[in-house]
Amino acid sequence: MSSLNEPIRGPLTLDVSSLPSVAFGHRNTTWLANVFYMAIEGMMFALMFATYFYLRTRSTDWPPGHLPPALTYGVINAVVFILSVAPAWWVRRRAPDGNRRAVRNGLLVLALFELAATALRILEFTALNCRWSDDAYSSTLWVLIGMHSGHLVTELIETLVLFAISLTPKMEGTRLADAAINSDYWYFVVITGMIVDLLIYGTTRFL
Amino acid sequence: MAVAEPIIANDQDTGESELGRRLARTWCQPKGFWGWFSNTHHSDIGVRFMVTAFIFFLLGGVLAAMIRLQLIRPEHSLMGPDFYNQVFTMHGSTMIFLFAVPMLFQGFGVYVVPLMCGARNIAFPRLNAFSYYLYVGGALVLWGGLLTNMGPDVGWFAYVPLSGPAYSPGHRADIWSQMITFTEVSALGVAICLATTILRHRAPGMTLNRMPILLWEKLVISMAVIFAMPAVMIASGLLLLDRVVGTHFFNPAEGGDVLLYQHLFWFFGHPEVYIIFLPGAAIVSTLVECFSRRRILGYTPIVVSVVATGFIGFGVWVHHMFATGLPQLSESFFTAASLMIVIPTGVQFFCWVATILNGRLQLQLPMLWCFGFFFVFLIGGLSGVMLASVPVDLQVHDTYFVVAHFHYVLIGGALFPMFAGIYFWFPKITGRMANAKLGTWHFWLFFIGFNTTFFTLHFLGLRGMPRRVYTYSPDMHWQGLNVLASSGVIFMTAGLLVFLANVIRSLRVGEIAGNNPWRDAGLEWSMSSPPPPYNFLHIPTVSGRDPLWEDPPDQPVVVGLRDDIRETLVTHSLDADPQHKDEDPGPSIWPFLTALTVSAAFVGSIFTPWAVPIGAPLVIVTMIGWLWPRGQSPTPRPSGES
Repeated sequence: MSSLNEPIRGPLTLDVSSLPSVAFGHRNTTWLANVFYMAIEGMMFALMFATYFYLRTRSTDWPPGHLPPALTYGVINAVVFILSVAPAWWVRRRAPDGNRRAVRNGLLVLALFELAATALRILEFTALNCRWSDDAYSSTLWVLIGMHSGHLVTELIETLVLFAISLTPKMEGTRLADAAINSDYWYFVVITGMIVDLLIYGTTRFL
Repeated sequence: MAVAEPIIANDQDTGESELGRRLARTWCQPKGFWGWFSNTHHSDIGVRFMVTAFIFFLLGGVLAAMIRLQLIRPEHSLMGPDFYNQVFTMHGSTMIFLFAVPMLFQGFGVYVVPLMCGARNIAFPRLNAFSYYLYVGGALVLWGGLLTNMGPDVGWFAYVPLSGPAYSPGHRADIWSQMITFTEVSALGVAICLATTILRHRAPGMTLNRMPILLWEKLVISMAVIFAMPAVMIASGLLLLDRVVGTHFFNPAEGGDVLLYQHLFWFFGHPEVYIIFLPGAAIVSTLVECFSRRRILGYTPIVVSVVATGFIGFGVWVHHMFATGLPQLSESFFTAASLMIVIPTGVQFFCWVATILNGRLQLQLPMLWCFGFFFVFLIGGLSGVMLASVPVDLQVHDTYFVVAHFHYVLIGGALFPMFAGIYFWFPKITGRMANAKLGTWHFWLFFIGFNTTFFTLHFLGLRGMPRRVYTYSPDMHWQGLNVLASSGVIFMTAGLLVFLANVIRSLRVGEIAGNNPWRDAGLEWSMSSPPPPYNFLHIPTVSGRDPLWEDPPDQPVVVGLRDDIRETLVTHSLDADPQHKDEDPGPSIWPFLTALTVSAAFVGSIFTPWAVPIGAPLVIVTMIGWLWPRGQSPTPRPSGES
């Protein structure tokens, strides 16, 4: 592989044979697609947040006739989410070096965090102090946390699949870039999770 | 490896060289029954999008003809109110969700964008194929519903409370909601493919300010899709939850709100108008330049206008809700915003006219359709300015005046440019020219028929005829105008039959087109017609906005891409400098299988919420099948790893 990594400009040709075959970070096309996915899903979250505040204006009490969701599982899970950023950051940092072992270990730890977050999320559902069919407030709460749980489970599966790939020799080249992009997506899940938490556990207490 | 033999620039037309044969072998798509479902090449998927969407356009047209037949005289008993409700709902839903966007944004975009960029395939070709199958799934769900007496009957925007569980028992509104999910996921998938292709697969040298206007417009539309479509998915998703699992988002008795639905729907619905109109404008900009035989005048103002339209389109949705009793301040704001959007559209119009006046106009068939667009869309735009005013809007709200207005905008803004585009790119897609004489007949029949029908509807609306009534009493004196409006259908139908005859005839005996029958400037005209499976023998480079007109004969071409694997070139988003090589994932059956499992889960969820937990594992299995790497990638490892 050429150390130049630059196209060679001739009089009639532009020779790109020395360019790299894999790119990390913003140069990667999947990275860009991932940004678009996050824009789409971020928009869906934003509209659900808007729906939540819109419905708040239709009611004098908030929550209307319910206790706010219990805090315990939500707070523990928020801590798990925040700590999980560490293995995601690790994978993202080591993947461009081609360090397969570090990536494999990082994916395993990340998957364990995501598994813990999923288990805690199931407990969170039991502590919402309302059922989705009670009223519009309850429906919004369930859809907000349900939407986020969908992302959580999707990300868990993706991490597990990448971990499975990392156990084989196939974890190389573009797969390493995919592992790094998976971390970007996890950041997105964590950030949206924090906002959902703020709505569910915060605004139900002081809004 | 590609051989760095002496190369003559723009020598893209023959697949007979040794390199051409090797590339054809590498880029060929599988044949046979299963091969058809594994195909991931953009030109094949683009044509499928267009053909499928056109079939639904014809079906939607049959429904429109039924509506006009029903209204031809008072107290006509051709259809009862229940079936009539299904017919007009199906007509609107089909035309918007199964025809306009899939045809103009997805179909045209998927076919033409990679060719205009100078790329060998679209980015994420499997996602692109998946989007096609999902679109077909949505179309089958909607029309399957009609055939099983479950045709949606709540209007194409399915307002609550009518579409809610209290007033629409059964599954008709569910079918509508889930069709939205299918088609919007499909459009979102294609938006990602197109935006990535435009930003990362442009030919070296095609900097942003050298990008054809059509690519600019596709980029802006992709962004509009990415930010607008989630709103309708939320609206229809919450409606489905209200209906299937008993949530209360739109139920005022339990703290919900019906206007929330309208806000969510029109936050999508108005950008949707531009998602439909801008592809038409993109076609017109391309054709005006080609047939005026000069560079388009006002490239920068047009691009700025297109981007501005994309933004302002998100700030006008409330003008669909003037009759809902919103505060006057918000009505005034949205009136101003709605009037403001005239400015960028006007700028584009003036640039087109200036280009034509300063060029050497060749009034060939595609350009004739562009003139049809100018005329029809202008009338639609003017009645739009009228409707932006709250008092006028309240007066004609829900009358045939509004029906006339949006048909002028949508048929003018989308259908006329679509036919212009079909006649323009027909030679590239099929290798043969469409017959110009038949095309001219098609134009005049359709133009006369369209104006007879829809211009008349303005007057019916001003005389108070409401839309969506299945009949009217004789003493309303609406029959004369209704007969006139319905008579236009005969001309439009005749025009479409001439078009179909022209396509069938031209496919068989049309004149051989050659590479560039219109002598246009775009890269898509540099290879043979139809394009070979690898599109470009050599990825081109460009040094101007109109490569085939301006670039010198010794313009360099890209070499050094492997021809034994599907290697592609990734360039910088802004200046299109080569950055790295990538590999096209190639054909696969898994996108089709994934679309099947997703469709099963979507359809099942109409009938039971358990379809989601049962369907999800199947979807996951097929997605893993899709994404699991097969074989060892022959591409070298990244730098840094020894």
